[in-house]
Amino acid sequence: MEFWVTQAFNGISYGALLFLLAGGLSLIFGMMRIVNMTHGSYYLLGGYVGLTVIWQNGPFVLAILVGALVIALIGVGEWNAFLKRLGGQELGQVLTTMGFALIFQDLGLVIWGGDPYTIPTPQVLSGAFELGQMFFPVYRVFIVLVALAVAVVLWLVLERTRVGAMMRATVDDAEMARGVGINVTLISMCVFSLGAFLAAVAGVVAGGFVGVYPGADFEILPYAFVVVIVGGMGSLKGAVIGSLMVGLLDNFGKALFPELSYFTLFAPMAAILAVRPTGLFGRA
Amino acid sequence: MRETLFQGYQGVVLGVVGLLLFVAPPFLSSFLLTLLTQSLIYAILAMSLDIILGYTGLASLGHAAYLGLGAYSVGILSTKYGAGFWVALAAGVLLAVVVAAIFGLVALRATGVYFLMITLALGMVVWGLGHRWVSMTQGDNGISAIPRPKLPLPWSFAESIPFYYLALAGFLLAFFILRVIVRSPFGQTLVGIRESESRMRTLGYHVWLHKYIGFLIAGGIGGFAGVLWAYYNGFVSPADLQLATSVEILLMVALGGRGTLFGPALGASIIVLLKNLVSVYTHRWLLILGAVYIGTIVYAPEGIVGALRQWTQRASPAPLRAET
Repeated sequence: MEFWVTQAFNGISYGALLFLLAGGLSLIFGMMRIVNMTHGSYYLLGGYVGLTVIWQNGPFVLAILVGALVIALIGVGEWNAFLKRLGGQELGQVLTTMGFALIFQDLGLVIWGGDPYTIPTPQVLSGAFELGQMFFPVYRVFIVLVALAVAVVLWLVLERTRVGAMMRATVDDAEMARGVGINVTLISMCVFSLGAFLAAVAGVVAGGFVGVYPGADFEILPYAFVVVIVGGMGSLKGAVIGSLMVGLLDNFGKALFPELSYFTLFAPMAAILAVRPTGLFGRA
Repeated sequence: MRETLFQGYQGVVLGVVGLLLFVAPPFLSSFLLTLLTQSLIYAILAMSLDIILGYTGLASLGHAAYLGLGAYSVGILSTKYGAGFWVALAAGVLLAVVVAAIFGLVALRATGVYFLMITLALGMVVWGLGHRWVSMTQGDNGISAIPRPKLPLPWSFAESIPFYYLALAGFLLAFFILRVIVRSPFGQTLVGIRESESRMRTLGYHVWLHKYIGFLIAGGIGGFAGVLWAYYNGFVSPADLQLATSVEILLMVALGGRGTLFGPALGASIIVLLKNLVSVYTHRWLLILGAVYIGTIVYAPEGIVGALRQWTQRASPAPLRAET
C-alpha cells in the first residue's frame, strides 16, 4: 500500500514537471506544426540561468522569472530568424532546431562547465509532510501546485479570453484564422515564446530536485515529445493527461520492471498511436 | 537532355570515386583509413534512410534503431554464442526487417509531423531496451570485445586494410541493390507517392503497400550497416542508437541531397570526417556541427548534389522548348 501511494505520488510530481515542459511544446506543435528539438535546451539553459541568479544571491522566485524571461527572448530570436520561414518543412525544422540544440549544449558547457549542480531551494520548501509511515517532500508538492496553477491559468487564457480564442482558432485552422483577420504570425511568435518560457520554468524548478547538468536537455526531450504525441498536439487537456500518464508509467516502470522500464514507457505510447495516430485528444 | 547530361557526369563521377576508394588504402594513414571505413558504413545507413526519406518523402526520427538492431545482434550472438559472420549477418538483417515490419504497421498510419513523432517513440523503445535490458545488452556499459569476422580467406579482417575492403564490398553491394530498386518501376512508384500520394492512389497503385515495402528495405539495409558497424567497432552501446544519432542520419541525407543515393553517401562521409577531424583540433566541434545543421537548411536545402545539379543545369545551354 505504502509502495503504491509513494510511487503514485512520485509519478504525479514528475508528471507535473513534465506538464510544465510539454504544455507549451504541445501548443507550439498544434499551432505551427514545428518539431522543436531545442525545447530540451530551453529547459537546461533555463536551469543554468536560474542557477546564476541564485549564485548572485537572488531569491528563488527571481531565479525562475529571470531564467524564464531570458529563455523566452532566446526563443523569440530563434523563431524570428529561422523557424518562421520553415513552415510545413518538417525536415528543415528538425535539422535547424537540432543545430541550435547542439550549439546551446556546447555554449552551456563553455559557460557553466561540465559539473552537475543542484539549485538550492528556499527553506520553506524543504522537509517533508509526514503521513503515517509515508513522507511527501514539500518540494514535490510545490511542483504539483505550480503545475496546477499554470494549467489553470493556461486554461483560463485559452477558453475565456479573446487572445485565447484567437489561439484556438489558429490551432484549428491557421488559414481560416488568417482569413478572418487574426495576425497568425504574431500569435505564433507569442506561443513559441510562451513555450520557451514554460520550459525554462520547468528547468529552474527541476534544478531543485533532479539538478542541472550537461545532457539533461536530450534526456528530457523524448519525454516531452511523448507527452505531446500521446495527449495530442495542441490540446491542453491532452498535455495534462499525457504528462500524468508518462510520469506514472515512468515511475512504476522503473520500480516494477527495472530491466524493461523504457520499454514499459514507450511501448504503450506506440500502442496508443497505433489506435489513434493523432493522440488521445488531437485532431488531424 | 538535361537529365541525361547530368547522368553522364554522374556515371563518370561514380566510376572515379569507386576507383579512388579501391586504390586508396596504401596511400592513407591508418587514422584516415579507419575514418574512411566508418564513412562507408555510415554511408550504407544514410542510403537506406534515403529510400524512405528521399524517395518516398517520409522523414523518420528513429532510423538509428536499425543500426542498433544489427549491431546488437552481432554483439550478443558473437560474444555469448560464438556465432560466425554469416549467422550474425543473417540474424542482424533479419531482426531489423522483422522489427521494421512491426514498426511499419504502426508508423505508416501517419504522415508528416506525426510520422516523425511515432518513429521517434519507436526508436526510443529500441534505445530503452539497449539502455535498461542489462541481462541481455549489458546496459550503458555496452557489449565490448566483439571479435572481427573470420572468413575462409587468405587475409585476416583483424587488420585494418582487409576490413576496409570488407566495408567497401558491403557499401558497393548496398549501393547497387538500392540503385536497382530506385530505378525499378517500384522505385518510380515511391517517387510518385512522394510527389502526390492522392494521384498515385487514383491511378490504382497500392500506396500503403509500396510505402511498407520501402520501409522494410530501409530497415533491412540499416540493419546490415549495423552488422558491419559492430564488427568494425568491436563495441556496441546504447549511445549508437540514441535520438541524436537518428537526427545525424537525417542530416547526412539532407546534406548530401535527398533522393540521390550518392548524395547521402557523400553526406555521411562528410559528417564522419568532420566530426573526427575537427574534434582533433578543437573541443568546440559541437558548435561547428550545429552550424553545419543550420547552414545546410539555410544554404543548401536540396543538399550538395541538389545544388550541383542546379548549377550544371544553369551552366548548360538553355533547353529547346520542344523538350518540355
